[in-house]
Formats: sequence, C-alpha cells, structure tokens
Amino acid sequence: MRPTFSIIFFTVISGAGYGLWFLLGVLLLLFWPEIHHGDGLNLILFTELLTFGLGMGFLLVSSGLVSSLWHLGKPSRAWRAFSQWRSSWLSREGVAAILTYLPAVVLAGGSFYVDWLIPASHPDADLDSWFWMLTPTKFLGSILLVFGSFATVWCTAHIYACIKPVRVWHNRKVVIGYLLLALFTGALFAWVLTSISFGGTRHLKYLLPLIVATAVAGAILKLRYWRFVDEGPSATTGDAIGLGTLGAVGSFEQPHTEENYLTHEMGFRLARKHSRKLRRICLVAGFGVPALLALASLLLPRFGGVAAWLSLFAGMGGIFIERWLFFAEAKHTVMLYYGARNG
Amino acid sequence: MTRLPPPTTRKLGLVIDLDTCVGCHACAIACKEWNEGGAFGPLPDEEAYGAEPMGVWFNRVHSYEVAGFGKSECKSNRKPDDSESPQTASANPDSRIPNPANAMSVHFPRSCLHCETPACVTVCPTGASYKRAEDGIVLVDEDKCIGCQLCAWACPYGAREFSAKRGVMQKCTLCVDRIYNETLDEADRQPACVLACPTRARHFGDLGDAESNVSKLVEERGGYALMPELGYKPVNRYLPPRPRRDAASAKPEPAPEAVDSKQLPPLLRWVDRVLSR
Amino acid sequence: MPHASLELNRPTGDEVKTTTCYMCACRCGIRVHLKDGRVRYIDGNPKHPVNRGVICAKGSAGIKQHYSPARLSKPLLRVGERGKGEFREIEWDEALELAAKWLGDIRKRNPDELAFFTGRDQSQALTGWWAQQFGTINYAAHGGFCSVNMAAAGMYTFGGSFWEFGEPDWDLTRYLMLWGVAEDHDSNPIKLGLGKLKARGARIVAINPVRTGYGAIADEWVPINPGTDGLLAGALIHELLRLDRIDFDYLVRYTNAHHLVIRDPGAADDGLIARDADGHALCAARRVVDHSGESRDVGGRVVLVRADATGISPLVVGEFTLDDGRTAIPSFQLLAERYLAEECSPEAVSERCGVSVETIRRLARELAETAFDQSITLDQAWTDAHGRHHEKMIGRPVAMHAMRGISAHSNGFHTCRTLHVLQMLLGAIDTPGSFRYQPPYPKPAPPPNRPGKARKDNGLLDGGPLGYVQCPDDLLVDAEGRPRRLDKAYSWEHPLAAHGLMHSVIRNAWAGDPYRIDTLLMFMANMGWNSSMNTSETRRMLCDRDEATGEYRIPHIIYSDAYLSETVAFADLVLPDTTYLERHDCISMLDRPISDADCAADAIRQPVMPPDRDVRPFQDVLIDLGTRIGLPGLLKEDGSPKYPEGFAQYMVEHERAPGVGMLAGWRGTDGSKAGFGEPNPDQIKRYVEHGCVWEARVPDAARYYKMANQDYLNWARSLGFLGSTDPIVLQLYCETLQRFRLAAQGHGAQQPPERERERVERYFDPLPFWYEDLASRGSLRQEQGRSAYPCADSSESDFPLSAITQRPMFMYHSWGSQNAWLRQITTRNYLYLNPRTASENNVADGDWIWLASPLGRIRVQAKLHVATAPGTLWTWNAIGKRKGAWRLSDDAPENRDGFLLNHLIDELLPAKSDGHRHANADPVTGQAAWFDLRVRIECDPEPQREGHRVELNPTGKAA
Ligand SMILES: Nc1nc2c(c(=O)[nH]1)N[C@H]1C(S)=C(S)[C@@H](COP(=O)(O)OP(=O)(O)OC[C@H]3O[C@@H](n4cnc5c(=O)[nH]c(N)nc54)[C@H](O)[C@@H]3O)O[C@H]1N2
Ligand SMILES: Nc1nc2c(c(=O)[nH]1)N[C@H]1C(S)=C(S)[C@@H](COP(=O)(O)OP(=O)(O)OC[C@H]3O[C@@H](n4cnc5c(=O)[nH]c(N)nc54)[C@H](O)[C@@H]3O)O[C@H]1N2
Ligand code: SF4
Ligand code: SF4
Ligand code: SF4
Ligand code: SF4
Ligand code: SF4
Ligand SMILES: [Mo]
Repeated sequence: MRPTFSIIFFTVISGAGYGLWFLLGVLLLLFWPEIHHGDGLNLILFTELLTFGLGMGFLLVSSGLVSSLWHLGKPSRAWRAFSQWRSSWLSREGVAAILTYLPAVVLAGGSFYVDWLIPASHPDADLDSWFWMLTPTKFLGSILLVFGSFATVWCTAHIYACIKPVRVWHNRKVVIGYLLLALFTGALFAWVLTSISFGGTRHLKYLLPLIVATAVAGAILKLRYWRFVDEGPSATTGDAIGLGTLGAVGSFEQPHTEENYLTHEMGFRLARKHSRKLRRICLVAGFGVPALLALASLLLPRFGGVAAWLSLFAGMGGIFIERWLFFAEAKHTVMLYYGARNG
Repeated sequence: MTRLPPPTTRKLGLVIDLDTCVGCHACAIACKEWNEGGAFGPLPDEEAYGAEPMGVWFNRVHSYEVAGFGKSECKSNRKPDDSESPQTASANPDSRIPNPANAMSVHFPRSCLHCETPACVTVCPTGASYKRAEDGIVLVDEDKCIGCQLCAWACPYGAREFSAKRGVMQKCTLCVDRIYNETLDEADRQPACVLACPTRARHFGDLGDAESNVSKLVEERGGYALMPELGYKPVNRYLPPRPRRDAASAKPEPAPEAVDSKQLPPLLRWVDRVLSR
Repeated sequence: MPHASLELNRPTGDEVKTTTCYMCACRCGIRVHLKDGRVRYIDGNPKHPVNRGVICAKGSAGIKQHYSPARLSKPLLRVGERGKGEFREIEWDEALELAAKWLGDIRKRNPDELAFFTGRDQSQALTGWWAQQFGTINYAAHGGFCSVNMAAAGMYTFGGSFWEFGEPDWDLTRYLMLWGVAEDHDSNPIKLGLGKLKARGARIVAINPVRTGYGAIADEWVPINPGTDGLLAGALIHELLRLDRIDFDYLVRYTNAHHLVIRDPGAADDGLIARDADGHALCAARRVVDHSGESRDVGGRVVLVRADATGISPLVVGEFTLDDGRTAIPSFQLLAERYLAEECSPEAVSERCGVSVETIRRLARELAETAFDQSITLDQAWTDAHGRHHEKMIGRPVAMHAMRGISAHSNGFHTCRTLHVLQMLLGAIDTPGSFRYQPPYPKPAPPPNRPGKARKDNGLLDGGPLGYVQCPDDLLVDAEGRPRRLDKAYSWEHPLAAHGLMHSVIRNAWAGDPYRIDTLLMFMANMGWNSSMNTSETRRMLCDRDEATGEYRIPHIIYSDAYLSETVAFADLVLPDTTYLERHDCISMLDRPISDADCAADAIRQPVMPPDRDVRPFQDVLIDLGTRIGLPGLLKEDGSPKYPEGFAQYMVEHERAPGVGMLAGWRGTDGSKAGFGEPNPDQIKRYVEHGCVWEARVPDAARYYKMANQDYLNWARSLGFLGSTDPIVLQLYCETLQRFRLAAQGHGAQQPPERERERVERYFDPLPFWYEDLASRGSLRQEQGRSAYPCADSSESDFPLSAITQRPMFMYHSWGSQNAWLRQITTRNYLYLNPRTASENNVADGDWIWLASPLGRIRVQAKLHVATAPGTLWTWNAIGKRKGAWRLSDDAPENRDGFLLNHLIDELLPAKSDGHRHANADPVTGQAAWFDLRVRIECDPEPQREGHRVELNPTGKAA
C-alpha cells in the first residue's frame, strides 16, 4: 500500500497524543488520593505537569486529526464521517476522538484553574474545599480520558485491522501494536514533560520502567509482525481469478499498460534490502535507544533531561519509520489480478 | 446507511463467460462511455494525451496466460533448466519440435461483483457507500462521499476507483440508470457492457432467482464466485473456460487405416470410381 | 436516508440518429445519441444486419475520435521544408484552385503522371471511377498491402474470398479452422459468430504462431512456424487422399476436377483444359442412361463429353486420348499425384511447420469425420443450375477462415489456393455448415472485368483501373514487356496484382522506376508511417530532392486526412476531411459490400452533426476538383456541373450503367425497385428511415450451393450481381495461371522479358504448391526440416527468428492513439517472445533489447509470453507513434517506448544476379509480404534503461 504522509503523520502523532492523555489520566487516578492536607506542593507540581501534558496531548491529537483531513477528497464534508459509528471503524474513531476532547478540556481547565488562578486570586484559600468540589470532576474526567484515549486508538487500529484484503493488517498484532506504540510514544512525551515541569521527576520511577517495558514489548511485537509479513501464505493470481487449477497463471497483459488508480494506490512495491535496512533503523532508534536511555537515567537521574529529549527524537523517528513500513510492506489482494505474487 | 440491508431476495448481477471472452475491451469502453455521460459520471481522465494517461474505469479487462510451468523460472534466471520450459510438454518429447500448445490465454473482465456482504459498504464512515435492499446493487452516493478511499481498500476485487479531480469514490453501478430506465426501449434496459459484448459473453440477470437464465447458465456451466474464502459473497459469477485440447490430451489415433499408400499406387483406387454429375 | 440524487430515468440524450460506424472497416450500424448539440453516447443498432446491436471498443470510443484534439481544421499549404510540418492555413477556394491547376496540367500532359492511391478507403466506387474519368492507370486502394493474396486466390479459384466476401456458416458449422486470423475486417460478425459456435459447443481450431484473442477461446491451438501453412494444408490434403476421404461427387459437380488437362509438353496449349470446337471444357465419362441426375454405371466404354453435361459419370483418373490423338488427364489426377508425393506427407513437413506428425494426422482425421460422418442434411428443396430438382441440401459442417497470417507472406497466394483446394476436396464450399459466399459473390472465377489499358479521346480510361487479368494480353506492359503502372501491378513482376501495390508507390516514384510522376494524391493512408515498409527511408524519400534540379523527386504531394497523422507533414497541400459523423458516405455494392451469407446489404453514412471546423468531406472535394478540371462524368452536356450538391447528390443520381447506381436499395422513381431502377430522389431519405442500411434476403432455396443454384443465380442476376445464370465452376486447377506459365515458356505474342521468365514459370503453377517465402531465401536458410523452428541454430542464418504483428481488437492501425480512452489500454507496445526463445537469446522478462534485420536495428522492450511459438516474435501493430503527430505530448509513451516493426521490413527483395530487386511481395499478386520478416536479437548493455531507438545500416539506406 502506498504510504501517504498525511495518514502516517496522523496515526503516529495522534497516537502519541492519546498515549500521553492516557498516561495522565492514569497518573491522575493513581495520585489523587496521595495528596494530603495542607501540603499543596505535590498538588501544584503535579497540576503543572498535568496542564503541560494535557496541552501537549491536545496539540498532538489535534494536529494528527487535522492532517488526516488532507487525505480526504472532500474535507469540507468531514462531518458526515460521524454518522456511521454503528458499522464503520473510521466513523467510530471520529466520534471517539471528538468525545475524548471533553474530559481532556475539562481537566486541563480545572487543573489550570487550581494551579494558577486560585493561588493568584485567593492567596490564602482553603484548598481542601476546592478539592472536595473538584474530586468528582477529576475522578470522572480522568476515567473518561483514559477510556476515551484507549477507545480512539483502538478504533484507529481497527480501521486497518478490518481490511481483509490486506492480509498482514487483518490480525490482532495490528491492534495491540497501535495501542502499545501509542502508549510508548505517549510515555516518551511524558518523560520530556516531567523533565521540564517543575518537580515532575517525582514520577520517573513509574514512567521510566514503563518506557523500558513498552519499548521491549513493542520491539518483540514488531519482530513477530515482520516475520508474519515475510512468511505469510502466498496467494496467487490463479487463486484470484479462480483458475489456479488449470496451471501456473501469469499476467500476460494488464488492462492498461500505464499505471492506474489501483496499481498506484495498492501496487506500491518496496525492495527487500530497503525494508531490511529500515526495519533495523526502526528497532534501534525507535525502541533500542529510548529503552537504554531510560534504563541509564534510572541509574543516573542527573542526565534525565537530555536523555528524555534524545529518546523522544529517536523514538518518534523510529516509529515514523515503523508506520511507513506498515503501509509500504502491506500487500493488497487486488494486486494479484495484476500478476503480483503473494497478496 | 452503511449497515447492510437484510439479505436481498433479488440479486442482480453479471455472469461472464470466460470460455467465450476474446478480450476485446468492448465492455470496458462501452462502460466508460455510458457512465461518462450518465447519472454517475463523469469518469475523469488525467493526462489524456500526455505521458501518464490515467482515468477512472468501472470495468477493466485483464489477459492472463496459463502454462503449467516454465515462465516464472525463465523470468527469474536467464538460463532456465530446459526441462522446465513449457515446450517440453510436447506430444512427442523426444522430438525437437517445440509444443507450447498446452499454453492457454484467458481474458478476464473485472468489475464490481455486487457482493452480498461487502466490507466496502460497512467500512464507509458516511453512508455514501450502500447496498440497495431491493436488488442488492452496491452504489456510492457521491453527495455523501468524503473521499476517504477506505472502501477501495476494503474491496479485494479492485472495483472502486477514485480520482482526485472529483474527490469522490466511483464504481460500477450495474447500470442502475439503464436497467430501470423507462426512457429506454425494454430491450435496452440492460447494462451497457452486456449490450456491447460482441461475443455475447456477458449475461445480466437475477442470480437470486433459480429459474433465471443467468442462474441456469451458472448451474449448467459450473459458474463460480471469485475468492469466496474472503467471505464477501460476490453475486457475479464467472463461467470457467471449457477444457482446451492439445496433441497430448486429444484422443489417440485409431489402428492404422487399411489403405497403405506405400503399396499399389493409390490412384488406381479411383479408376473405376462411379461418380455422378 | 436515501440516495437523494439517484436518477433512474435520466434520458440518454435529446435526439438519436442512426448511421454507419467508421472506426474500422467493419461498418456496423450505430445509434448516435445527441445531447445539447454534442454526441453523448454511441451504441450498436440492434436492427443492423452487420452487428445486431453489439459494438466494439473502437466503436464506443467513436465519441473521443469525433472530438479528437488531432482533428485537422483548415486546408494547409506547406511553407517550410517537406516533413517539417510547417504550413499556412488557406481557404478552400485557394486549395482547390491550386489542386485543380496541378491536376489539370497533368491531365493535358499525361494523366499517368497522377498517382492516386487511397488507404482503407470505403469509397472506391467513387475514387476508382474518378481515376478512370481522369484517365490515370496509376490508381489503387490499400488492397495491395492488405490482403490481395486472399482476394486473388479466392477470386481466381472460386469467385469469392475469405476476405470480406464470405464467412463460415456460423449457425451450422461443427468445426471451424482459423488460419492466421487475429481480428479481420468483419470484427463484430466474427465475434458474434464465435459466440454462436461457443453457445453450441462447436469446435474451433486456431492455427497461429500466437495464441491471443480468437485463438484464446479456440478448443485447440496449433502453433505453427510463420510461412509454413501451405505445407500443413498440403499434408492435410495428403492425408485425405491417402485415406480416400474425398467428396468426389462435389468435385465433379461443382469444380473442374474432372476437366481434362492436355498433356503435350512443349506445345502452346500444354496444360490447358481440353475443349470442344465451341470451347466447352471436356471430360472423360461413362455414358449413363438415366437422366435423373443420379447416374448409374453401365460399365459402358469411356467417351469424351462436355464437362458440364449432366447425367454422366465423369472419371477423375486415367489417361485419355483426345480426338487429335493427344493425351489428356483429369486435373484431379494431377492434383492427387502432387499431393500424394512423399514430400507432402506429415512426416516430411512436420519439423518445418513445427507441428507434430500426430497432430497433422489427427487434424486430417477430424476434418474428414466432421465433413463426412457428421454431414448435415437440410430439408430444403432446391434446383441446381441445370434445372435438376433436389429434395435436400447436404452439408459438410467444416468451415475454414483465413486472413493475413496466410496472405501477408510472399507465398500467400498459393497457400491460400491450397486452403481452397482443401475445402473443395471436403465438399465444404457454400454447403450447409461450411464456408459460405456473401452476395454479390460468387462471381465467375475469375470475374470478367479486366483492368483498363487505353485512353479514349476524351481522356477516359477504357476500363476501371483495377480488375482481373485473364491472360498475358491483359497485362499493363509496354512493347518490351516493361511495367506501365508506377507500382508495377499487372506487369510480369506481379501479373495478378488485382489491387495494385500501394507499398511500392513512394519508392518507385522516388526512384523513377519505371518512371517519375508529377503528383501523388493520397487519401486516408498513413504512408509516412505504419503502412510503409522501411518507414524511416520512406520518410526520407518523400522529402528527397533531385541533385540536378534541386526539385523534390516527387514534385507534388496532395493528402487528405481527417487527423494530424504522421503523413500530413509530408504533404504540400492538405485537404482536411470531416469525421465520419459529419458527412455522407456510401457503402456500395459496387465496392466492398457489407452483405452476409443470407442477405445482400449496402448502407450509407449521414451527417449526424455539422462540422465545427473549416473541413469538407473528401468525396465532395473530389467531385468539386473533377468538375473544376472538367472530367467527362462530372459535367452535363452543356458543360455545367452535374453534381453541384456534391457526393450526396452523386450517390443518388449517378448511374454506372442504366439503372445501376451507387445504392441498390429503394431505386426507381417511387423507390419500389431493388438492384436495378431509375434514380430515386428520396433514396437517402428512405435509407435514413431504415437505419441507413438496405437489405435483400437470400431466398431460402438459394441459401447454399450458390455457385450452381438456379434460385440463387436468378436472384443474383435480378439484382445485377451477375451477368448470366451460368453455374460458376470452382477452379481446382487454375487454367489462367497456366496461360502465364506458357508465355514464360515461350508461347504466345505477349511474353515476359528474359529476366522474369524463370520467375513467372516457377510461380504460375496451375496447381497450388509451397515454397520458402522469398525474403528468407535471401537469408542462408534453404534446406527444409532441419530446424525445430525457423533456423533453430543461428549457424543456419544470421536472422533466425520470425517477427510478425497482430491487430489489437481495440485499436485501428494508427488512429487509435489519438483517442483518450483507447490509448489508455495500450499506450505503448512490447515485443512478445516465448520464454525458451528468450533464454536461448539471453533475454529476461522486461529487458530492452535490439531487434536486427538486414536494414538495421530497433531497440524494444521484451516480454515473455508462453502462448507464442518458439522462434516467433510479435508485437501489436501500429502502436508506436512519431513525435509531433496525433497531438500527443512529446514524451507520450507511444513516442518514447512504442515502436513499429516496419523500420526493419525491406520494401525490396534481395538483389538477383543481375542486380534487379523485386518488391518484397508475392510474385503472383504483389501482396506486401509483411510477415516474411526475419530478425535476430542483439542484447543491450543496459537492458534496464528505457527508450525505443531506430538505427539503420548504411546498407539499409535506399541508394
Ligand atoms: N481492431 C482492428 N481490426 C482491424 C484492423 C485493425 O487495425 N484493428 N485492421 C483491419 C485490416 S486493414 C485488416 S487487413 C484486417 C487484418 O485482419 P487479420 O489478418 O486478422 O489481422 P492480423 O493482425 O494481421 O492477423 C494476422 C494473424 O496471423 C497470425 N500469423 C502471422 N503469420 C502467420 C503464419 O505464417 N501462419 C499463421 N497461421 N498465422 C500467422 C498472426 O499471429 C495474427 O494472429 O483487420 C482489420 N480489422
Ligand atoms: N508491420 C505491419 N505493417 C502493416 C500491417 C501489418 O500487419 N504489420 N498491416 C498493413 C495493412 S493490412 C494495412 S490495411 C495498412 C493500413 O495502413 P493505413 O491505411 O495507413 O492505416 P491507418 O493507420 O488507419 O491510416 C489511415 C489514415 O487515414 C486517416 N483517417 C482516418 N479516418 C479518416 C477519415 O474519415 N478521412 C480521411 N481523409 N482520413 C482518415 C487516419 O488519420 C490515418 O492517417 O497497414 C499495413 N501495415
Ligand atoms: S466485450 Fe465481451 S468479449 Fe469483449 S472483453 Fe468484454 S466480455 Fe470479453
Ligand atoms: S466487488 Fe468490491 S466494491 Fe463491489 S461489492 Fe464487492 S467489495 Fe464492494
Ligand atoms: S470513499 Fe466515500 S464511499 Fe468510500 S468509504 Fe469513504 S466516504 Fe464512503
Ligand atoms: S454494469 Fe454498467 S457500470 Fe457495471 S461494468 Fe457494466 S457497464 Fe459498467
Ligand atoms: S467493428 Fe467496431 S469499429 Fe468497426 S465498424 Fe463495427 S463498431 Fe465500428
Ligand atoms: Mo488491411
């Protein structure tokens, strides 16, 4: 399948965004009870991270969604895409994406309010009462955020996983992959944020192991996926036209000697040696580097900041390659009619 | 609404006879011509007279060659093992006469199969892509289509085409704007490709009705669906080529005839032949 | 929510007009749907006899042709050098004045200085007549480079032809043999017919080096080496004779198998048919008493009687003594002796043909089984030409069809004759289930019209420029026996050139051989490209100047095309034609009719819309021109124009003979007459009312045995198709050929010049025979049967491989590429070859390679194709285009990667000992030998680099 930038950008970037939101939601749920009376410090530090995080997520998710519109023939009608959530994963994704904005916005607003406005307006406010008020909102909000982010990525993944004619897409690895990589890239962003948000480093003891874990898991998953790509059962042109029994069927003449929509869109071919090279880069940069740096900074927290940035760039770069390969290596059944081997 | 309608009783579709199709492309052009100016047109062409001509077609005709063996090897390496090249399937292998006669050519028109459970419909986020409850025809409502092209991905049979020029998805309509069209003569209420086909290799009808001509054809000739394993349940059927013959498969020669030209000059046989004029 | 914009009842257009398609020469009936003054849709006319409503790819794409950006829009006068394509637009009056001046002067000086040649012209009834009025003998249409071998072999053998004048009995045949057919002119009728055969499960056998198209659906494909069909057919005849599976009754009733051939070596009439005092052919027979027509052997003595007598029992073998004491043999015996010879046996020919002995034997057996064991009997009473009544029609359900795979070789005439003999032996000509004539055929074999030779005082030629020569005296040669026609047709080099040699015209005019001309007038023939051999050189000749005078060697070139073809650039004066939807045309019974076996039909084209450019129908222009230069037939007695309204008026009012005109339908003042009748002013109106076509159905009793069926002969005569109702005798033995051979042997007043004697004697054999095609005689290969396929090991020849072309069903020669839809299907062509040939020549799929012939070499992209016979290379015809033509962008794949084989085909044969070079054509008919091309493959150092190139050898250049 032809790798289109708008789609690659959309899946990678919005994926990271939702991954980030997901993490923040979880953090929120985990840490809420920990905040104890009179000591606003944790809270304030935390809300700063929260604000940055939600904001950054907002940027990522939104730019992703916007870029996905470039791919449409009629972007002005995009709103119609919300109508078919009953059957279409693309439609569901749209709906989920929009709904997930709600908790994100509310939370961002809330924390911003608590974080800056209140201290500013009422220096001696009794924060307790505020928290008591905000609790349900935060609780609900974070749950919705966690669920919404998960659901959105889940839908995105199924847009591809439900495409039967693309054998390598039509399986569970794809869904797990999207979720896992979203979480992983989200975590990479979170790491950077913790390093810049005052006192955020406090959460690294949870974050870094998570990065290592998701990186390793992601690497393993991709390796298995790529084996699946390489050794997949190969359908033949004979199977496609239903005359395989007559003998080896080859394409003598295509309907048109030049390229057409189908061959252009679904006939993308990637030389084996290139794919191998890219896969290696993807593994090293995308998973290896962040994992190692995360480990390193567990031991020597001092380098945390630099490591975070390095991991982010390496990791995102790697995942962009991963996503490019995801399309470039996927073969569409229709190409069997054009004489392609194994669809 | 891209949820599928309940299974339709009428299943309008095409039956294409691969035993008769000569690959003339008449159906492909007639299709393009009808739809270009029809209710679902135009079918844009890009670089029509330039270096990379590319256009939207609802029907494309492939040509395949069928040889038990030989070609792929020759393709990959320049000096194929001779025993693998098709000619050695000669009637008399020891002779030096090459006999590729077992090679076949098959022409294969490809358009929408109006599947019964097509993912091209269910993946559509806007409801533009739908299957008609009354006759099973799968259509695209261009006014709803956002051109996401997901349906084209979801179609294993390459029946959907998109052109940046129009920004919407297009496909074979089974000539829905002909088959019910009261402004046409009764006889002309058939798909353009079917009426055009010079060998009459294309047949249109209701495959839901066991008594219809198309259903009978399918019955008699062992009509088959494309890639049923994918579960799209195509309505269109293809009739397989009848077995071809070559020296090898033909019936063997009977015992040598009585007359032997080596003995008595054969002309003598006719000296007393009584003929009438 | 529903599909709001779905329109189920949108009208196709606001108006429908019927006319006749002209996207190819099949001439189907079409309905043109107009909307807002533009063509919206073209479909087949269901009521039309030719296509019964179906329409091919080209026909449907007619819209794109009609609106092609390559249409010419105004008369053009050359301003730059020839070939550069630099023109000035001029007004029609200026154009016609100029042309009239050039032509007028010629006509006063010497009409033969005008060479008027037309391509797949469908108005030969007008153009030929016009040439005759002008008085030039140098006229011909495309037949010479097309399929005259097929036409001549047919017309001289049985007064019909595979080519356009006959068809298989699609409804009844059980076994169809296709010899070298890819598409043919009857594009849709053949496809409809094949569809019928398939529906009935009848068997189709395709004999062809390539399996595509029709061959793809054949039950059996017999890959054959190009140029060897004569051998295969001969071996089939050998088998039928050996097995004694011959329809003798058919032979003696309808052919000249029993006619006695004089055996008197050295005599002036040796090899001619023995005749009685009044010139009736004789045969040997036993007297029989009963005159019912069913003869009984009374063991009586043998007598010589008129061969056309009835109630006799003719003898087909034996030596008989004529009254003058000389001996004579039935022609059948001569045939049997030839084909029973060992050299005609399957064993002898198998290797050369590339067809196994078993296969040959089996095919012969199947032919016999189908013809005789499965013979058909129709309960249809009929009366034969001798007035004898028959209760039933017996049929041999074996049909043959052949086209250019047979005829486009220099041995095509005799190969085609061999096929016809094969048909006769099986009793399979115009019987139920076999090959059938299409009215107005059969005609006498050969037809009586001879080519015009002399000019009357009013400048009129005494006959049409084309016709059928019957004896040496009919040839167009001067006192020394040199050619009188520019193309050397009807000369000793190509005596039976019934359609001329268009492919020789440019070269001969350039070389001044036999003489220089003044003006070359061409109409719809892309001679600057795909219809010329040695294309690059031909293009050079067209703009070559005379060293001495500095003038162009061909002083004036006038060309009429409708589109910006490759040839336009070479014209001094371009007369832009309309498209086929903008004019009146006449598909006349006097030309190449559209009849099928069951009905005679002619048709017209009507303008469905006015031209939106300053263009004029060529026929109108021709009539205008002729009027301006005062051609007899175009002026009234008072000297005023006879057809001021142009061709439409001519179609209706012109009479060739009293009562006979261009159109056979609705004649007579009230339109009540058919065939004969006074002109009918409303004729065109009546045609339009009837879908622009007229049909006359063949009566039931006249449907078969047309050559000897009284009902048919009477019917045909009543419509003016035949001059008499005498039966037409099929020429198993072709006496006409023997007349030319006798001349070569030194008999008669008109004898070939020394140089031609041997050639004429060899090729004018009254019985068909096979010879290695002439081009390959140039290459070293002589011995037969040595190779598994043409020159298996290159040691045998420098050019071991055969290279041929095929018609794509969706393209018409060069015009398809200007069509936005058609060109998308095949935007460029490839060279196809069998994987084995590829590996032997070290070629991989997709490689760019060089194809080399003695002329030079071309760079082409190769593709492997298992359904191609090893040793044969092929490509689609006329896909490659010349930069600058057809309004394609310069980087269009047609220009960049597409190619023509024509660059490699020499227009001349290798020089003889005396240095003379004959045209690369059949020695009997002058048919262009396109498919004799032999090549070799040369690898390219960069097989992956794209791009077609032509590199000519210095030797390839015409000196
Ligand atoms: N679509 C379309 N139709 C056309 C035309 C067109 O350009 N396009 N052109 C029209 C014209 S002008 C003509 S003359 C006719 C020609 O009609 P065809 O004669 O059917 O056309 P060709 O493609 O020349 O067919 C030649 C066939 O003979 C085979 N062949 C070549 N050499 C040999 C041989 O030695 N032996 C045997 N057995 N087979 C051989 C070739 O493989 C090919 O299949 O078509 C007419 N119809
Ligand atoms: N290598 C190879 N060469 C071949 C052949 C082959 O099989 N192989 N086949 C040969 C045969 S059989 C033939 S018949 C020739 C055909 O060769 P051509 O007769 O040259 O055929 P076209 O390419 O159709 O050229 C016809 C010209 O007529 C023009 N034309 C089209 N419509 C009209 C019209 O309405 N009015 C006018 N005035 N002009 C019009 C077109 O633009 C085109 O320039 O090719 C021959 N050349
Ligand atoms: S029109 Fe008929 S014969 Fe021609 S390609 Fe289409 S299906 Fe085949
Ligand atoms: S063929 Fe493709 S487009 Fe047509 S219904 Fe089936 S899946 Fe949908
Ligand atoms: S391209 Fe149009 S029809 Fe296809 S899925 Fe998208 S919206 Fe639906
Ligand atoms: S049914 Fe109509 S739309 Fe579909 S392929 Fe045939 S002509 Fe085209
Ligand atoms: S065969 Fe096709 S192009 Fe030729 S006349 Fe008929 S419809 Fe027109
Ligand atoms: Mo031709």
